[in-house]
Amino acid sequence: MIENRPWLTFFCHALLIISVIVIAFPLYIAFVASTHTAERMFELPLPLLPGREMLHNYATVLTEGVAGASTAPVGRMMLNSLVMALTITFGKIAISILSAFAIVYFRFPLKNFFFWMIFITLMLPVEVRILPTYEVVSDLHMLDTYAGLTIPLIASATATFLFRQFFLTIPDELMEAARIDGASALRFFWDVVLPLSKTNIAALCVILFIYGWNQYLWPLLVTTQEDMYTVVIGIKRMIPGGDASVDWNLVMATAMLALAPPALVVLLMQRWFVKGLVETEK
Amino acid sequence: MKIKKLCLALAVACTFATAGAQAAPIEIQWWHSMTGVLNDRVNDIANGFNASQKDYKVVPVYKGGYTESMTAAIAAVRSGKGPDILQVFEVGTATMMAGKKVIKPVYEVMAEAHEKFDPKSYMPAVTSYYSDTQGRMLSMPFNSSTPVFYYNKDAFKKAGLDPNQPPKTWDEVEADALKLKASGAACSFTTAWQSWVQLENMSAWHNQEFATKQNGFGGLDTKLTFNTEVLVRHIAKLSSWVKSGLFTYAGRTTQPEAKFYGGDCAMLTTSSAAYANIKKNAKFQFGISQLPYYPDVKGAPQNSIIGGASLWVMGGKKPAEYKGVAKFFTYMSSPKVQAEWHQKTGYVPITKAAYELTKKEGFYEANPGTDVAIQQLLLKNPTKDSKGIRLGNFVQIRGIIDEELEAVWAQKKGPKQALDDAVERGNVELRKFERANKGGR
Amino acid sequence: MEKRTQFPVSWLPYALVAPQLAITIVFFIWPAAQALWQSLLVQDAFATHTEFVWFENFKVLFADETYIESFRVTAVFSSLVAFFGLSISLILAACCDHVLRGAKAYQTLIIWPYAVAPAIAAVIWSFMFNPTVGILAHGMKLLGYDWNHLLNSGQAMSLVVVSALFKLIPYDFLFFLAGLQSIPKSLIEAAAIDGAGPIKRFATIAFPLLSPTSFFLLVVNLVYAFFDTFAIIDAATAGGPSRSTTILVYKVFHDGFKGLDLGGSAAQSVVLMAIVITLTVVQFRFIERKVQY
Repeated sequence: MIENRPWLTFFCHALLIISVIVIAFPLYIAFVASTHTAERMFELPLPLLPGREMLHNYATVLTEGVAGASTAPVGRMMLNSLVMALTITFGKIAISILSAFAIVYFRFPLKNFFFWMIFITLMLPVEVRILPTYEVVSDLHMLDTYAGLTIPLIASATATFLFRQFFLTIPDELMEAARIDGASALRFFWDVVLPLSKTNIAALCVILFIYGWNQYLWPLLVTTQEDMYTVVIGIKRMIPGGDASVDWNLVMATAMLALAPPALVVLLMQRWFVKGLVETEK
Repeated sequence: MKIKKLCLALAVACTFATAGAQAAPIEIQWWHSMTGVLNDRVNDIANGFNASQKDYKVVPVYKGGYTESMTAAIAAVRSGKGPDILQVFEVGTATMMAGKKVIKPVYEVMAEAHEKFDPKSYMPAVTSYYSDTQGRMLSMPFNSSTPVFYYNKDAFKKAGLDPNQPPKTWDEVEADALKLKASGAACSFTTAWQSWVQLENMSAWHNQEFATKQNGFGGLDTKLTFNTEVLVRHIAKLSSWVKSGLFTYAGRTTQPEAKFYGGDCAMLTTSSAAYANIKKNAKFQFGISQLPYYPDVKGAPQNSIIGGASLWVMGGKKPAEYKGVAKFFTYMSSPKVQAEWHQKTGYVPITKAAYELTKKEGFYEANPGTDVAIQQLLLKNPTKDSKGIRLGNFVQIRGIIDEELEAVWAQKKGPKQALDDAVERGNVELRKFERANKGGR
Repeated sequence: MEKRTQFPVSWLPYALVAPQLAITIVFFIWPAAQALWQSLLVQDAFATHTEFVWFENFKVLFADETYIESFRVTAVFSSLVAFFGLSISLILAACCDHVLRGAKAYQTLIIWPYAVAPAIAAVIWSFMFNPTVGILAHGMKLLGYDWNHLLNSGQAMSLVVVSALFKLIPYDFLFFLAGLQSIPKSLIEAAAIDGAGPIKRFATIAFPLLSPTSFFLLVVNLVYAFFDTFAIIDAATAGGPSRSTTILVYKVFHDGFKGLDLGGSAAQSVVLMAIVITLTVVQFRFIERKVQY
C-alpha cells in the first residue's frame, strides 16, 4: 500500500473544494440575480442572498419573455431548443450508424471516396463557410424552419467514425452466422448490430444532446423570427443594442433555464456522458 | 387512368387557385426590424392601410435585427426573390444605392403611380439623409431620431445647479460636471452611440465637413475628412474628462443609458428615441435639452442629423405592386399616422404637418422635452455638411471609429492621432467599397 | 481495416450512405466550394457587379493590419486558453486521483459546466464582471481596482479566457483523470517502495505517461479556442474594445455577415479552412500513431 501523506491529502481536498466553489459561484450568482427585481440589480450593496421574486421572474420569462427585448417567451424558445437538440441527436445517430454500417459491412465501388467525403466534413466547421451555407439554406427556403435549423448540422464524421470503429470490433463470426442463416443485411443490422450498439448510442445521445442544445452560430444565422429562436441565442438578444434596458434578473432566470436541461442530462447520466466524451474524441 | 385523373384534379385546383388570387388584394411584403412595442405599431400601420382600401394588402414580416434582415434580403435578391419594401438602417444606405436595379427610388415609384407627392411637405433634415444630390427622395424615412442631451435634475439640485438651466455649451457642461463631481456624483457625463453622437452629429452641428463629395452624397470616390480642428478639440476635451473622472465610457451602443437612469451619471447624450425607456426607468426628475456646442465655431449650432432606418422599395416588381407601395407611402405619410407614430414611439415625424398636429394636440406641453429633437432638426436649413452622411462600408467605418475612440478613452492614443488613424483606415474601407461597386450606379 | 467477409454488392450500401452524403454535399462541400470561388471574386452585396480578380482578396487581406492583428489576438487567446485549461485541469485531476474519499463527488461537481453553452457562460461571466451591476467588478472596486472590460483590453481578454475555460476545464479534467486512472497501480507502488514521494512519482511516472493525452488535448483545446469560442466572443465582448478580442472566427463573421464584404470574408474562410485542415491532419496523424504503438 502507498504511504499516507496527510498534508498532501489535505492540500488536495482544500484545492478541490475551492475549485468546486469557484466553479459553482457563477451559477449561484446567476440564481440569486434571478430571484430579485430588475431595480434591485442597480442598488448597492449588490444582492448576495436570494430574493423573493423567484416564482414571479421565472413565470414571467417562461410565459411572456422579456419586455422590450426582441424575444419570444422562454417557454417557446426552450421548446425550439428541445426540438433542435433531439432532432440533431437522433438525426446524427441515424444517418451515421447507417453509413458506418454500409462502409464496414459492404464492399462497393466508390466506398473509399464516400468515406473521404464524410471525413472532409470534419475540416469544414460552419464557422469557415458561414455566408455560402447561409445562401444555400436561404435558396432552399429553409430560413426560420426546424429543417434549416437542424439538417445542416446532422452530418457528422465523428459519430460515423465512432460507429465504424465499434463495428470493426464486432466478431466476424456473428455476421458469418447470420449469412449462413440466410439473414439479409438489414435483418443482421436490426437483430445484431443495433442491439450491440446500445451503449454507444446511449453515450452519443448524451453528448449530442448537449451539442445540439448549445448550438449558437448556426441558429443565430438561420433564425430571424422570434418564435424560432432557441434559448441560447434568445438570451443574447435579451441584452440588446436597441433603446431598451437590460432586465438582468430576467436574463439570469433565462440563463438558469437554458443551462438546466443539459446540466441535468450530465448529472443524471454521468456514466454515459463520461463514456461518450472519452470515446467520441478517440 | 389514375394519373390522368390526378392531373385533371390538379389543373382544376390550379385554375381555382389563380382565379382566387386575382380576386384577392395584391400582397405587398414589408420586411422590417421593429420589435416589442414598435412591432405592434408597425402592425397597426399596416392594418390601418389594409382597412382603408381593398386593392392591396401590406404584410409586415419581422426579419430580425437590421443587419440580419439586410443579409436576408441580399440573399433573397441574389436568388431572385425579395420583399417589396425593406427597412434598412441609415448606415446601409450606400449599399442599397450602389446595386444596379436592386432598388427603385421612391420618387420614381410615386411618379409612375401618379400619386400626389410633395417632397416639400417633409422635414428637410429627415428626408435629406435619404435623398440624392438633386434632392430627390430615394427611400422613405421611417423611424428617425437624433441625439439630444439628457440631464438628471435631482443631481443638478444636489450639486447646487439650477435644474432648469441645462448647459448650452461644452464648456458649461464641463463646469457643471465639475460641480456634480464635487457633490459626490460617481460619474458626471456619459454618451451612447459615440461615433454617431460625438463625431457624426458634432460634425454636422458645427457645420463641418465629415467627408468629401458632400459627405459622400456626390459619389463613391469620397474621402473622410472628419479629423478637423473642431472634432479633435472635442475628442481631446472628452479624453481629458475621462482622465479627470468626469466622463465614464460605458459602451458603444445603448449600454451607457443604464448609467444615466441608474443614477450613476448625471448627464447623457443619446438618441431622442431613448426617451420612453429613460422615463420608465429613471427614479428622478430629468430634463432634455439641445446638444451642447462650441460657440466660437462659426455657424454653430447648425442642425443635427438623424439616425434610424428608412424603407426601400426593391426593384424588379410588377407595376401593380409599385402602385400599392405608392398608395401605402401616401397613407403612411399622412399627418394622423405620423403624429401617432411620433407620439407613441418617440421617433420624429417625417412631415411638418404631423409636427404641427402634435403641437396642436398639446402633446409637447404634457411631455416636456419631446420636441427638442424636432427643434434641433429644424434649427436651420441643412447644408451640404449637415444633411447627412453617406458612406460605403459604413458599418466597418463606425467600427473603426469606435475602436479608435476606445483607444483615446483608454489614454493609449492622442485624439489627433486617433482621428487621423480613423480617417486613414476608414478611407481604406471606402476604397474597398468603391472597388466592389464601381460597376454599379 | 476491413472485415473478412462482407455482404454482396447491391444498391443497399448506396442507399445507406445516401442521407449522410446528400447533407454533406449540399451543406458542406457545395458551400465550401462557393467560398473558394467567391474568394477569387470582387462583388457588391447584391452581386450586380462581379469581377474575377485571382488572388486580389488575399493580397488585400494580408496587407490589412487588422487581419494580422486578429491572428495575433487568436494566438494569444488560444495559448492562454490551452495553457490554463491544461494546467488547471491536470492539477485538479491529479488531486482527484490522489484523494480516495469523495473523488466521485468532486468529479461530478467539476464536470457539470461542460453542459453550459459557451454563450450562456459568457453571459453569466460578463454579468458578474459588468461594471455597473457585476458583483466581481464591484468587489474589485472596493479593493481599489477599477474593472471596465469595455475599455481595458487586458480585462476583456481575461473575461473571454475565463468564460472559455469554464467549459474546457471539465473536458480536459475528465481525460486527465481517465489517463491517471489507467496507470497501473503496480508501477506506482514499485516507485513508492523505492522511496519516491507522491510529487516525484507524479513527475517521473504519471506525467510522462500522460504526455500522449496532453498532446491530444492540446490539439483539441486549440481547435476549441479557434472555432468553438465564437459564441463567447459574440456574447461577452463582440470583439472589442479596439479589436482586442477579435479572433479570426469572429472577424470572418463580422466582415461577412455584418459588413457584407463578400470577397474578403470568403478569403478569410479559405484561410480558416487551411488552418482546420492542418489541425485535423495533425490530430489524425497522431491518433494513427497512438493506435499503432
